[in-house]
Amino acid sequence: MTRAKTPLVDAFLSALIALGLFAPMVGLVTGVGPHGITLTARPRAVLALVAAVFVGRLALRLWQAQRRLVPAAPGRFAISFLAAARYIGPALLAVALVLPALVGRASLDLGVLVLTYVMLGWGLNIVVGLAGLLDLGYVAFYAVGAYSYALIAEASGLGFWSCLPVAGLLAALWGVTLGFPVLRLRGDYLAIVTLAFGEIIRIVLLNWVSLTNGPNGISGIPRPTLFGLRFTAGDGPGTFAGFFHLAPSPAQRVVFLYYVILGLALLTNWVTIRLRRQPLGRVWEALREDEIACRSLGINVTTTKLTAFAVGAFFGGIAGAFFATRQGFISPESFTFMESATVLAIVVLGGMGSQLGVVLAAVVMIGGPELFRPLADDRMLIFGLALVVMMVLRPRGLISVRTPSIALGKGEIITADFVTEGHG
Amino acid sequence: MAYALQQLINGITLGLIYGLIAVGYTMVYGIIGMINFAHGDVFMIGAFLSLIALSGLASFGITAVPLALALTLVFAAAIAALYGWTIERVAYRPLRGSFRLAPLISAIGMSITLQNFVQVSQGARVKPLAPLIPGGLELFREAGFTVLLSWMQIAIALTTMICLAIFTWLVTRTPLGRAMRACEQDLRMSALLGIDTDRTIGLTFVIGAALAAVAGLLFLLYYGAIDFYIGFVAGVKAFTAAVLGGIGSLPGAVLGGLLIGLIETFWSAYFSVQYKDVAAFSILAITLIFLPTGLLGRVDVEKV
Repeated sequence: MTRAKTPLVDAFLSALIALGLFAPMVGLVTGVGPHGITLTARPRAVLALVAAVFVGRLALRLWQAQRRLVPAAPGRFAISFLAAARYIGPALLAVALVLPALVGRASLDLGVLVLTYVMLGWGLNIVVGLAGLLDLGYVAFYAVGAYSYALIAEASGLGFWSCLPVAGLLAALWGVTLGFPVLRLRGDYLAIVTLAFGEIIRIVLLNWVSLTNGPNGISGIPRPTLFGLRFTAGDGPGTFAGFFHLAPSPAQRVVFLYYVILGLALLTNWVTIRLRRQPLGRVWEALREDEIACRSLGINVTTTKLTAFAVGAFFGGIAGAFFATRQGFISPESFTFMESATVLAIVVLGGMGSQLGVVLAAVVMIGGPELFRPLADDRMLIFGLALVVMMVLRPRGLISVRTPSIALGKGEIITADFVTEGHG
Repeated sequence: MAYALQQLINGITLGLIYGLIAVGYTMVYGIIGMINFAHGDVFMIGAFLSLIALSGLASFGITAVPLALALTLVFAAAIAALYGWTIERVAYRPLRGSFRLAPLISAIGMSITLQNFVQVSQGARVKPLAPLIPGGLELFREAGFTVLLSWMQIAIALTTMICLAIFTWLVTRTPLGRAMRACEQDLRMSALLGIDTDRTIGLTFVIGAALAAVAGLLFLLYYGAIDFYIGFVAGVKAFTAAVLGGIGSLPGAVLGGLLIGLIETFWSAYFSVQYKDVAAFSILAITLIFLPTGLLGRVDVEKV
């Protein structure tokens, strides 16, 4: 580590480096003028950033010096949090169930968005959190689900509920097809290859105009129905409002969509929790902790990984179909790498493998920027920084605990700090 | 024939740029075994630094092209090196000895951060640059098609050669290069033998970032337009080049870069421009599945 520099000198050096980093990139803004590139100087912004780095570094060093005197017990926070989690989970569920009665339509729309990401996060959590496979192309399955639903519904006239499992299964099929050749690769290679596949799918969607209508996307995707009752503006026969003799209101559809995605997300959660208790789920977690040990014990690593990939892809596809039916319009724009990164950020920040963590991370990362509109532009910047800071400070996520999936008597909860990980 | 020759020239030019970026990937992977996902974005920052420097120099009245380019090159390489060093210090060094995916996730975070940092600070618009070195050498004509070797392409080839020569000298002839090669073979043993491994790794990032910045300048000159997103695709392609050449192998990175450049150019010329990225990404997957050690790589024996 660094030799003992006084905090002041250290902060000064950091500020000097920050000056070098920010003076050209922030201080000189390139603009496109009529005669080529123009430069605008922005000294104040640079000064503010450099000052922030100076103060931040100084505070950090002083805080570190302070803390060294009182070492904190590792993971105490996580344990106490998990003890409370027994109540937080049901409480959150109760809030989620009655939310439509509490908030207005706009907030409920945001709730639908957050729940979509919760579902995606839970789906990816199976792959990343449980099986320990870093999938950077999760958006591919989301896209396959969305386009499958849109295209099948358009071609066959089937409704949302009949197409939903088909969309999920098609996404799972893609997961297996893509996964089979690449799952033998090392973890970081796998990450890059999944990233490449995600991009390939997006490029194909963009350019296969005869099937996907290219960059213009597909519009007029059928909306979901409640046992055949439509949620349209009028109150004629066959609509929700007409059947129940209610005044027709667009809010009804939002409430309905909210409960649909809540149900789908809870289904994902339920399946994950059940699978974790089965041999399959236990092997996933064993695989995450030590692949070589698994192989030595005679576990077929490739098929095990493949199942995790397929199950994760299935839920990604279902979330995609829901996305398509909610928007009524999809285009390749919605399925960029940034979407994969967002979902990954939710899983990582939540604490890989923690179901509750995913919910909290999704609420903070999707709900937060929507509530603070001015920050929306910098959202991805904050995402990126959060990923780095998270890895540096708490690499196992906010709620980094390991619960044994099977135990004799009372299961002890331990923090992930006590678990080392093998190679593989 | 003439058309194919022209594509060959274009492909080699592009391949040299990829090769310069790929060296950074392969060096870092060789020493600490991580994919520096943010490397493509350092390349992008290098391109922006070059643009800023060129416009700045023009506004100071330095318009002599060779002088302006030389100053820009030094400036962009220096600042990008600072970026490389800082990224390693902030995002990767604290993670040494953490679980295996932690550095990669951190690198992805860094990549997203850099992209959006540039988008916020420099704007999302595509920045054009008028060609600085126009004209070229007409090699020959055939059936109304002229094979042109532009001065720009010659300049790119020369710059790349010089940079790679300096780099090779650095790695093979200097104490730093020896330390780097030692770290590549066995990090822990090098530390036991008194090599400051943290410093060596930091300098590896510095060198990689400087080369990426040179590639950024060349990219800016060659294509004449950059935006904050160029680093992502170029980064994946350069990584593909590193993998194709055999990750960890320095000549392999340049060879892989040339191959990727040629494949991409010929694919665009003879099949379809829209799917050129699909070609590069598919090569990545195919190489990893069927030839994981690449063309010049060593077989990595994993000890338990």
